[in-house]
Parts: sequence; C-alpha cells; structure tokens
Amino acid sequence: MSKFPTRPLSPHLQIYQPQLTSVLSFAHRLTGVILGVCAVALAAWLVAATAGPQPYSLVHGFMQSWLSQIILAGGIFCYFLHLCGGIRHLFWDAGRGFELRTIYTSGWAVVAASTVLTVTAWFVSSYLAR
Amino acid sequence: MIIRSSNQLPRAAVFERFPVPRSLGVSPESRVERGRTWAAPAGATRVKTFEIYRYDPDTGRNPRLDSFEVDLDDCGPMVLDVLIWIKSKVDSTLTFRRSCREGICGSCAMNIDGTNWLACTRFVSDTRKRATIYPLNNMRIIKDLVPDLTHVFAQYSLIEPWLKSKTVAPETERLQSAEERRKLDGQWECILCFCCTSGCPSHWWNADRFLGPAVVLQAWRWLVDSRDEATGERLDDLEDPFRLYRCHTILNCTRTCPKGLNPGKAIAGIKKMMLERRG
Repeated sequence: MSKFPTRPLSPHLQIYQPQLTSVLSFAHRLTGVILGVCAVALAAWLVAATAGPQPYSLVHGFMQSWLSQIILAGGIFCYFLHLCGGIRHLFWDAGRGFELRTIYTSGWAVVAASTVLTVTAWFVSSYLAR
Repeated sequence: MIIRSSNQLPRAAVFERFPVPRSLGVSPESRVERGRTWAAPAGATRVKTFEIYRYDPDTGRNPRLDSFEVDLDDCGPMVLDVLIWIKSKVDSTLTFRRSCREGICGSCAMNIDGTNWLACTRFVSDTRKRATIYPLNNMRIIKDLVPDLTHVFAQYSLIEPWLKSKTVAPETERLQSAEERRKLDGQWECILCFCCTSGCPSHWWNADRFLGPAVVLQAWRWLVDSRDEATGERLDDLEDPFRLYRCHTILNCTRTCPKGLNPGKAIAGIKKMMLERRG
C-alpha cells in the first residue's frame, strides 16, 4: 500500500490537449460571464444617459478612449460567440448535429460567423454614428 | 481543420495543452516532478524519446516524468510495443495494463500526446517528436500507468447494466426485429476503456456525482433495448442534476473514443427521452 493516505490523482486539465470541442465549450461559459459584466456596463451607460448631460458626457468621454473601444469590440465578439454557440446548442438539444464531422464544421462555423458579425456590427455602427 | 472520425490526428496543434500552470489545482501528493532519463542502448540508430508518467507507491515520493530513449529498429510499430520494449529491455518496473493488443479489451487506455487512446492501436509514427504518455486523466493512480478504476466501475454498476424484465421469461430466446437490434449498434461496441470519461472536463470537476459519458452511453444501451422493461425506472435513476445533466455537451467524449462511438449523441438521446416522457 501507498505511504500516502491518498493515491496521487493523474493530471487532467494540466496536460489534456485543447480540442475544438472543449475550447468552444469553455469559451461559451466564459463569454456568458463576460456578457454578465457587460450588461452592468450597459446599464451604467443607460443610467448615465437618463441622469442628464453631465454624467452622460463623463461616461461618453470614457467610452471614447482606445482601451474602452477595445473592450467594447471584445464585448461585441463575446456577444456573437455566445449567440452563435447558443444556436449550436439548440440544435444539439434537438438531438441533431452529433456526427464528429458536423461537430467540427458547426464549431468552426461558429468561430467564423461570430468574427464576421463582429466586424460587420462594428463598421455598420460606426457608419451610422457618423 | 475538420475532424471526420475520432482516429484522425490534428495536422497542426496550436496548443499542446491549455496555457495554465502545471500545478494548477493539483494537490501536493499529485504534483508531477522531473524524473530521470533512460539512455538508448549503445548502437541504436533510430531513437525516439518517450516521456512517461511514473509513480511508485512504495517509495513515498511524488509521481515523476521519466524520459525513455527507445530504439525504434528493435521495437514494434505501436505505442504498446514501446511500453513492452521498455519493460523487457530497459526498466522492468514500468507498470501498465494490457491484454489483447488489438483494441478490443480496453486495458491499455491511456493519455498519449494529450488525448486518450488505446496504446495498442496508436502508431508510434503518429506520435509527437517527444511523445508523452500519462495514465487516464483524473484517476487515482495505483502505479505508473495503472489507474484505480473502482469508482468508474461503481458508477457503471449504478445504472444496473443488465436486462430487466417483469414478464414471464419465454421458453426460447427473447427475439428482436432487425430494426430493434439496429438501435443497439454504436452502443454495444463500447469496451469500457473509459477514454471518454477520463477526457471529459465535466467529469474532472464532478467525478463524484456525474456518471460520465461511458456509463451514460451504457444507460442508453439499456434504454433503447426493446427487450428491457425497466425504461421508466432507469430514467428515474438518471433524472438528477448531476448524474445525467452535468453533461454540458462538450463532446470531448465523441472526439476521443477509440472505438469511434458517440457518447454525446447517446446522452442527448436520454435528455430527449426525459422531455418526451414529461409530455
């Protein structure tokens, strides 16, 4: 018997090779959390808008900084990744799309679609804001 | 790239492992230390290095990662042949399970180059330049590459994997139509190697209560069996936030199954069955 009270646990997350399947699953969770935080930021922006010109210009000024713009772009990407991943999950819940080829095709489609949608949303909104 | 079947290896991997510290969340006795290097025999020309997880319960020391330089000209083509070569020629204390050497017993399931597969059906030529071999993930280790499977087999016994029938036993066999029998295809081929269960992140976090893909696939095998008459009770036993519903459709199981089965699809089938019976 071992001299240790418990046997060692073999490594898992520390050594398992990231798969498209696991990476997208983790990303779906993580983007969900980030969107929760973004919802608070969005609420703060709306509250500032209703509170009057001075608080709004304060928040608006902050939103113009390059750091905020990067965070905003990241938030939009999170939104679309979570949206597309959610649609993928709806198909799975209906029992469809479980062949390995389909899992990989839909996975890469989610990555591609959310990238395209993010870029499109960014340029359309900056065009409209002009 | 698109993976079409589970035996397909990725052409190029961006990450060999997740960019996390090697000791992230690892208890002190489970930390893997640097081991020693076992040099290739003199005169060997085609040498390949294998990094292998070692653990000896008698020394009281931590697990370690030994490097073995293997003479490929003196050794068979599969990863299992490498392990046997090391055991017979280099270090006889290297411990691993093996039996059939043709992918039907499931004994030599282990983590090869970061994913789970059977050592007997993985070609050495398909492994990385420095190949790594770990035991199945998230298991208590008895010695070297031998995990303690007591827990997963206990989980298997929980689903009561045998035919349950209330009607009087017939004089002859219980017959099935070809169509009924076809529903068992993709289920009965499971060899219980637990590659999928030990590669499932959800099982890593909740091994104590989530049954894991292999066991739930077997639950499905009995749920779709036309001869089984305990479908309701079986679903009752599975209807639990953890036992079944800790599956978050990650699908590492389907990606890693050495028999090319689809536990993810079977689990989705059970979830659908649960909904349908609720009406």
